Amino acid sequence: MLRVRNLRVYHGIIEAVHGINIEVPLGKCVALLGPNGAGKTSTISAITGVVKSEGSVSFEDRNLSSLSVEDRIKAGISVSPEGRRVFANLTVEENLVLGGALKPKCRSDRIAEWFKTFPILGERRAQPAGTLSGGEQQMLAIARALMNEPKILLLDEPSLGLAPKIASQIFEMIKNLKQENITILLVEQNATQALKLSDYAYFLNNGHILAEGKPEELGGREDLMAELTGIT
Amino acid sequence: MEYVVQQIMNALAFGAEYALLALGLAIVFSIMGLVNFAHGEIIAVGGYTMVAAAALAFKNPMIVIGAAITAAVVASVTLERVAFRPVRYADPTTGLLTAFGVSMILQNLFLLLVSPRPITVTSLFFLEWSIDLGGVRVSSLQLFEALATIVVIILLMLFLRRTLLGLAMRAASLDFEMVRLSGVRANRVFAIAFMISGLLAGIACVFIMARRGSVDPHLGFDPVLKAFVACVVGGFGSLPGAVLGGFLLGAVEVAMLVMLPQSLGGMTDAFVFGIIALLLFWRPDGLLAPRSEKGDKH
Ligand SMILES: Nc1ncnc2c1ncn2[C@@H]1O[C@H](COP(=O)(O)OP(=O)(O)O)[C@@H](O)[C@H]1O
Ligand SMILES: [Mg+2]
Repeated sequence: MLRVRNLRVYHGIIEAVHGINIEVPLGKCVALLGPNGAGKTSTISAITGVVKSEGSVSFEDRNLSSLSVEDRIKAGISVSPEGRRVFANLTVEENLVLGGALKPKCRSDRIAEWFKTFPILGERRAQPAGTLSGGEQQMLAIARALMNEPKILLLDEPSLGLAPKIASQIFEMIKNLKQENITILLVEQNATQALKLSDYAYFLNNGHILAEGKPEELGGREDLMAELTGIT
Repeated sequence: MEYVVQQIMNALAFGAEYALLALGLAIVFSIMGLVNFAHGEIIAVGGYTMVAAAALAFKNPMIVIGAAITAAVVASVTLERVAFRPVRYADPTTGLLTAFGVSMILQNLFLLLVSPRPITVTSLFFLEWSIDLGGVRVSSLQLFEALATIVVIILLMLFLRRTLLGLAMRAASLDFEMVRLSGVRANRVFAIAFMISGLLAGIACVFIMARRGSVDPHLGFDPVLKAFVACVVGGFGSLPGAVLGGFLLGAVEVAMLVMLPQSLGGMTDAFVFGIIALLLFWRPDGLLAPRSEKGDKH
């Protein structure tokens, strides 16, 4: 279980998240919704340790707060970041190899698996990842994040900037991950899709949790849904 | 014919030296945006280590060479650990000033602790003899230098393509944070970059010393200045650019030496830099500038 307690996130002197609590139980998919600038990415970044924060982040009852980014990844956290951030100058295959840096055992078997799941990535295995389309890059980013066989996957707006049809492919992929009981924290602005997939949801705005609850409860709150841009 | 071949060998040897040093600068720059002005002092450390090794009565030149290269690697990695790690994530100006400071400190240490005057090392003179290549006489040293550089470049390419740390280094040039988020330790990436940079400086040092036969505190200044220019010509941060820039600079330099009349002989560098300036006028970012987009980061 991932537990975020009283988390405050700073960008320089600006406080972007003002003391929030989030829990992601083992094997569950938890959605973190909120409009642009709400502090979703800041929260993800605080969990992976790439930004300064106060409060506590613990995973499997182990306090991560004092750990380096690398040690948090080693503890079983993995992220598919906002904007995908595939290694554009590396080939598709090299992206997956590097993504599995911590789990060299059977790495090529797992890569072959992914190429079976996403034949398009297999076809382009030797191409620079920068030449892939947005949707393909997103698939690659998620596959890369899973190459270290993490215990929890943080997904930051996987559908951002994708055509609706491509976005639903990505959500389909997440649904499959859920069925494999991978623990997921899903950050989204696309509430409809994210709520369908999740077991629990938080709504973040201006660095505060405005509401939390079962997906159907949050989905029913017109006021919250109106806050979100790009509802489909 | 012989003259032409000899001049080509000259150009290749100059170019090889610049390429080795430019690669060392580019590797560090590509991952941490730092122009390592202390690169020249790393060459000097290699040179002084040769003096020490020879003075300790190591008659075997291979030991002298091995000691110099090892010392350059150790010096480079130590600099990273001691001087550059604290400013690793600071803004580029801070890094630049740090590198300048380190360079000054080392030069002054050489001046104070060793000597401001050149010290001769004769152990490497055996590398220089004249080879008969199908009727054309060329310098063995130049041939070795060109060959060693080509071998080093191939090995470096294999390292960057075939090993996990090599992939991490290439990826880090675009998005270091994402490399850390993949679980690769930043410290290892920086250490290996400085290690390779030092190794390249050490190899270049062997050839510089074999040619000059002596070391003084400014041994590395001129070569690294040229390497810096080579990097700019090739596109700063681009490894293929560094190699291309190095060999191109060597070629332009030799062409100027050959073509300029005797009376202008002292002004070779001025002409070389003039040509480079024109080139940059045409291609301000260098010939193989790394693409400016940083993945999808922003
Ligand atoms: N690197 C940064 N420097 C300064 N402010 C930032 C930085 N990143 C985010 N912010 C600010 O923090 C707030 C939250 O941003 P972010 O976490 O990216 O929101 P979200 O992911 O929900 O869109 C915003 O007001 C944003 O302007
Ligand atoms: Mg965001």
